[in-house]
Amino acid sequence: MTSIPLIGEAVAVAAEPRLAGAKIGVVTFPGTLDDRDAARAVRLAGGTAVSLWHADTELGDVDAVIIPGGFSYGDYLRAGAISRFAPLMSKIIDAANSEAKLPVLGICNGFQILTESHLLPGSMIKNDHLKFICRDQTLRVENANTAWTVDYTDGQEIIVPLKNQDGQYIADEKTLDALEAEGRVVFRYVGFNPNGSRRDIAGISNAAGNVVGLMPHPEHAVETGFGPESLDGAPRDTDGLGFFTSVLTKIVGGDK
Amino acid sequence: MTTETTKKFNIDTVEHAAKTPDTELPWAELGLKQNEFDEIVKVLGRRPTGAELAMYSVMWSEHCSYKSSKNHLRQFGEKVTEEMKKDMLVGIGENAGVTNLGDGWAVTFKIESHNSPSFVEPYQGAATGIGGIVRDIISMGARPVAVMDPLRFGAIDHPDTARVMHGAVAGIGGYGNCLGLPNIGGEMVFDSVYQGNPLVNALAVGVMRHEDIRLANASGKGNKVVLFGARTGGDGIGGASVLASESFDDTKPSKRPAVQVGDPFAEKVLIECCLELFKGSLVEGIQDLGAAGISCATSELASNGDGGMEVELTSVLLRDPTLTPGEILMSESQERMMAVVTPENIAAFEAVMDKWAVEYSWLGEVTDTGRLIITWEGEVIVDVDPRTVAHDGPVYDRPFARPEWQDSVQANSFTGSVEDAGRPSAPSELAAAVTELVASPNMCSKDWITKQYDRYVGGNTAMAFPDDAGVVRVDEETGLGVALATDANGRYTYLEPYQGAQLALAEAYRNVATSGAVPMAVSDCLNFGSPEDPDVMWQLAEAIRGLSDACMELGIPVTGGNVSLYNQTGTTPIHPSPVVAVLGKLDDVARRTPSGWREDGQAIYLLGTTAAELDGSEWSNLRGHLGGLPPKVDLAAERALGEILINASRDGMVDAAHDLSEGGLAAALVESSLRYGVGARIALEELMERDGVDLFTALFSESQARAIVSVPRSEEVRFKDMCTARGFAHLRIGVVDAAGGKLEINGVDELSLDALRESHEATLPKYFG
Repeated sequence: MTSIPLIGEAVAVAAEPRLAGAKIGVVTFPGTLDDRDAARAVRLAGGTAVSLWHADTELGDVDAVIIPGGFSYGDYLRAGAISRFAPLMSKIIDAANSEAKLPVLGICNGFQILTESHLLPGSMIKNDHLKFICRDQTLRVENANTAWTVDYTDGQEIIVPLKNQDGQYIADEKTLDALEAEGRVVFRYVGFNPNGSRRDIAGISNAAGNVVGLMPHPEHAVETGFGPESLDGAPRDTDGLGFFTSVLTKIVGGDK
Repeated sequence: MTTETTKKFNIDTVEHAAKTPDTELPWAELGLKQNEFDEIVKVLGRRPTGAELAMYSVMWSEHCSYKSSKNHLRQFGEKVTEEMKKDMLVGIGENAGVTNLGDGWAVTFKIESHNSPSFVEPYQGAATGIGGIVRDIISMGARPVAVMDPLRFGAIDHPDTARVMHGAVAGIGGYGNCLGLPNIGGEMVFDSVYQGNPLVNALAVGVMRHEDIRLANASGKGNKVVLFGARTGGDGIGGASVLASESFDDTKPSKRPAVQVGDPFAEKVLIECCLELFKGSLVEGIQDLGAAGISCATSELASNGDGGMEVELTSVLLRDPTLTPGEILMSESQERMMAVVTPENIAAFEAVMDKWAVEYSWLGEVTDTGRLIITWEGEVIVDVDPRTVAHDGPVYDRPFARPEWQDSVQANSFTGSVEDAGRPSAPSELAAAVTELVASPNMCSKDWITKQYDRYVGGNTAMAFPDDAGVVRVDEETGLGVALATDANGRYTYLEPYQGAQLALAEAYRNVATSGAVPMAVSDCLNFGSPEDPDVMWQLAEAIRGLSDACMELGIPVTGGNVSLYNQTGTTPIHPSPVVAVLGKLDDVARRTPSGWREDGQAIYLLGTTAAELDGSEWSNLRGHLGGLPPKVDLAAERALGEILINASRDGMVDAAHDLSEGGLAAALVESSLRYGVGARIALEELMERDGVDLFTALFSESQARAIVSVPRSEEVRFKDMCTARGFAHLRIGVVDAAGGKLEINGVDELSLDALRESHEATLPKYFG
């Protein structure tokens, strides 16, 4: 048998001992695609990634959880509608709402699962242009105080890949007004709204700021040479790393 | 698990067949010829049962047996040196060839066609094309890591083209995106010759450790045979033998129900499940189910193994309980795999299936009888030597002859033709010509397509379309990776098939080298018309001869591929379209070379020489002309150019490189400028004088073995010295201009990058929304 892990398998090697102690769970559902990418992002940020299986009934001792992108259960029903009922999800919901306020990040399909789980309001429907879209997307960080954004600054613009079929964020006007008023719109699309989302919303948080969901993929912008490029070719390939360093900063308590 | 309900049919057993030799069988309806049926009777020593007839008919179809091309394909195995074999771990004949990458890594890749299904039902046809090729890769023991899709459609403005284009692109995206495989490149060509017969080819590449290589064979008496994945339904029945081997015309009934339907979620789960099986060494042999379904899987596994096999067909889990034994054997339901498992691994195998909620059923076991025996409720309905089904099918030496029209086509050069009248020469005319070229259907931006594909998933995509090759990292520690490109030019191949096939290889080879990778292996998808037409058969024979000769000269072996024949509408064949994929290796993908220049002041060099070669070119295509001879092939020059590009990349002597192919220097200059929105100032006077060509020819000729590179000032001397030492033509033709926002070419009116981009990107949205 091979001693080297299969390509793409999560390898937990951490650079900084303090951060390495922070364990971030990455959930895999049947049909999850970006779990290895999320684990790699955690590792590159200095943390330790822990694989979690949707059918697990215990969360273990993880300090935060990422629900990565993909097509769980093929998105054959509404995206995220089946995964929401996974045994592990009820544990994640409880932990997110608990006193300890477990940080949870939902990316793309993960965001859809979080809205289906009612950890976040609103929902995603098919893109307004009805096609899958993959592009390097500029986002503005609207709230740099959540568990997943403290390493950014308010108003900072970042470029991360976006790739989805059902990415149009919708909610009723009252909910949208409330999200804006409470500073819970965390990311907004800049320059081009790629899917028709209401008020250009790319990502939101819960009231406490520990649960964040967004459609674009910060885990694809964490490594030089493998991320987006700006139109003039200037490298912007690690703009997404801040998500993962933010939560590590939060977990180890401020300074790194 | 077993099926709960088994339905009683009138079962035609082997015993019954022996007693009723005169029973009429529908062999002709199943696509068999009289001589083929007679051969089956001879092989068996009696008439076949209905189930046996179903098996032979699908396995002896053109699609599965390569009966018309086999005699010619041999050359790929024969024209190989020891040097070419040294990195080949698995050659032609398995599900896909395997090449050694070093450090214990191996790579497997293959390209295949799904043309006919994609015309009948573009979404499902294209989707299952991806699904099928990906299963071939998994069958080798590899994790699939990327896909590519060379596409050829009818005229861009024909009303039916949008139907096929929308469906095929959505199908490739819908299936590939859902599998989590980055789409890293491909091709897009519009030509009315593909109107009634579009070409939808699909390539997949996978990687593995050497010790994880798996082969499709059933060995070890008493080992168990298991079918797992999706249930077997009525889809694709007869698809392999009927659909892929008949041309489309209006007189036959609709074949719609014969197209398979894909379930990418099931396939994604199957991938992960198989990788877990491999990791635990839980399977002895494995085979995917594609064309000819269970017929193919059982006969190939048994034929490749050292004994025989016995399976009970009523154990197959069905989606449609009314299926007959013949239909179950022929069904092409997707997302299924067959494996051979030792008795001691059964429990561990079942645990993996249960974890991923994949259905499975144990069908039988490996025997030592040398026979493939299939029973239905215990009664023998198939008793054959598996080799006669899987490998010893009919082989035809089809007559071929150089077409009578070939001479007159080759005599009809573009230069001086009616269509060549008013060739652009004034600065304003040349500027308009460049703009027209880059906005034309074949040269315009493919963004409309590629943005519907996920190129990021996996996190290992180092380069993707529109760069010359797709580059994927294999080893995260060392940066070891692979580069892939696919190319074909049906117009060149129509003008001269031997050369046309070589030109396809040369371009793919050049693209891979341009990215900085060392070319290592070839996979080909040979799309041609009917082999029963001696003209077409000549094209096929010449293309194979040309391609195999060129592989030998470039020193890279063909490790696998696919032949797709009968691509024609009525009696009109498509242009012969050998699509060639080349795989290369990069020791560190960080060293890859992108196609666009970025840094102001870098010198732009043109490598290679330019002749007046406009026949078959994109420019002649825009003027509605096809005749003459394609550009000359010079494989020694391609090799020399490749070595320069690879060394330059490895030693950091170039920051950008782009090969010259369709559309010539004009297309390359625009593409390198638009890649990052950074322009250049170009002067071609010295080139025109050195090569004796005018400005129009310098810009639009499609002479081969050429590339443009941008060289940092600090590297210029070293780069020139290297080219000089290797005796390769190189000429400084300009400089990168980051500030101007334009492409300036002496003698051509100024081209603003904004305007070029608008023209380049507007074409596909204009036709397809």
